Amino acid sequence: MIPVISVSRLGKRYGRTTAVRDVSLEVFEGEIFGLIGPNGAGKTTTMECVEGNRVPDAGTISVLGLDPQRDANTLRQRIGVQHQEAQLQKRIKVWEAVDLWASLYPRVVDTDALLDRLGLAAKRDSWFMTLSGGQKQRLFIALALIHEPEVVFLDELTTGLDPQARRAIWALVTGIRDRGTTVFLTTHLMEEAERLCDRVAIIEHGCIIELGTPAELVQKHCPERTAVFTSDDADVIERMQGLGAVECNGVTYTLHGTGDDFVTGVINVIAREGIRVRGFRTEIPTLEDVFLKLTGHGIRD
Amino acid sequence: MPLLRGFWKLTWLETKIFMREPMGFVGALLVPLLVFVVLGRAFGVGKPMATPGVDIPFNVAILAAILIAISAVQSLVAIISIYREGGILKRLRSTPLSPVTIMGAQVTVKLVFTVASLALLMLAGRRLFPGVMRVNVFSFTAAVVLGTFSILSLGFVLASLVPTARFAQPISAAVLYPMLALSGLFYPLDRFPRALREFAYLFPTTHAVALLQGVWDGSGWSAHWVNVTALLVLFAAYTALSTRVFRWE
Repeated sequence: MIPVISVSRLGKRYGRTTAVRDVSLEVFEGEIFGLIGPNGAGKTTTMECVEGNRVPDAGTISVLGLDPQRDANTLRQRIGVQHQEAQLQKRIKVWEAVDLWASLYPRVVDTDALLDRLGLAAKRDSWFMTLSGGQKQRLFIALALIHEPEVVFLDELTTGLDPQARRAIWALVTGIRDRGTTVFLTTHLMEEAERLCDRVAIIEHGCIIELGTPAELVQKHCPERTAVFTSDDADVIERMQGLGAVECNGVTYTLHGTGDDFVTGVINVIAREGIRVRGFRTEIPTLEDVFLKLTGHGIRD
Repeated sequence: MPLLRGFWKLTWLETKIFMREPMGFVGALLVPLLVFVVLGRAFGVGKPMATPGVDIPFNVAILAAILIAISAVQSLVAIISIYREGGILKRLRSTPLSPVTIMGAQVTVKLVFTVASLALLMLAGRRLFPGVMRVNVFSFTAAVVLGTFSILSLGFVLASLVPTARFAQPISAAVLYPMLALSGLFYPLDRFPRALREFAYLFPTTHAVALLQGVWDGSGWSAHWVNVTALLVLFAAYTALSTRVFRWE
């Protein structure tokens, strides 16, 4: 498969600070690719170099077979961008922004339908400053999609939004991918990455430290599974033999294991032994745990 | 024409946005007019109307015209710094809009308001101070526009220096008002100490005032070709400097 975006050994410094040390990655057609890491890890700088909005100090970048610096004008017609914490003119109306953007590209989508799809139809005549955080972000998504780009760049799209608005945005981004557009996004929210991304790259101190699908990364770095259940039956520990050590705390029992079959195994034994269970839950590691393990610190530290 | 793609649309949009700004409209059109009317009533407008015994401190019409230019520049500096701080410049730049279009639209809006404000001033002058405004309107307007261009180009340099939107107003005032004080409008340049006079020649306001005085007195453009040249040279120099130091984010 030919990658849509290919970055090789990218480096970027600002004065004495090195923002991006060594980043190499490939993004394939039709996927949602997430660059994840804490603030200051180099996510935005990497993305802006790929968009052609920043000149790299080292390395090579190719987007849709174009050089983001040399072919900046051609590339701008084929990609859509949304910047982190971007604003528009306070008193620009939604329709005016859409109309201006639409006038800049030779081929554009039906803008009314687009606003409708993004839930902004009722806000057409509102000033930008009166929109909620979620509405502003949806407007930026609309502006990024107006010319039917082949690749969309979304930088920290849901930062500062409430959970409900965030979920609405997630549904929109998945919709963009399902229409065949490649999505390259950055986020410091592991839940967002896990829900949205087909593949992720974890970046820290300007270097990619791991890359793969969220499930692969969890399987590789945090394969432990935990099953916890509550039962008033007697002799539970004896009856649960063969699944490894059983920890017991009053009427609560905890088992640890690895692999996809572990939870099924626990359920099978409980059923076979006819143990009456009052409560049952599993603890399955997430991308957040992978991040913690790889970096030694939480994403918000 | 791809270079100017979106130019008129952006200019019209920025005009509308500026009109929606509660203070923008008042500052651009009404404040210079008010200064003109109030001071004109108090002192008289220009030399031709000088009543015997009343010493006219300075030409009120020229002061109002320069204030129009200065308020345009202040507004430009404020808009650019707000747009930069909010990432609006960055967002506009990652569209097919060229940098020239983005800035050209802002300059055009300022020039449109400058000319509109000047037109108001002329109309008010004709009505309130009959017989005074005998100046050639087109010549006077052209001189104001040329001066505004030159001061605006300095505005771009200021806009690059302003660290955040908060500082836009105080910094541009700290530069523009001393320039106005040294322009020779209030106190004749030839009575300045030599070093100060030469320093004053570095600013576009000084040449703009000299040219406007000339147009007002009827001596015309040819008598002030030095000032016209200076305005053009300063415009070129400031523009060249601002393209080097301008920050988009």
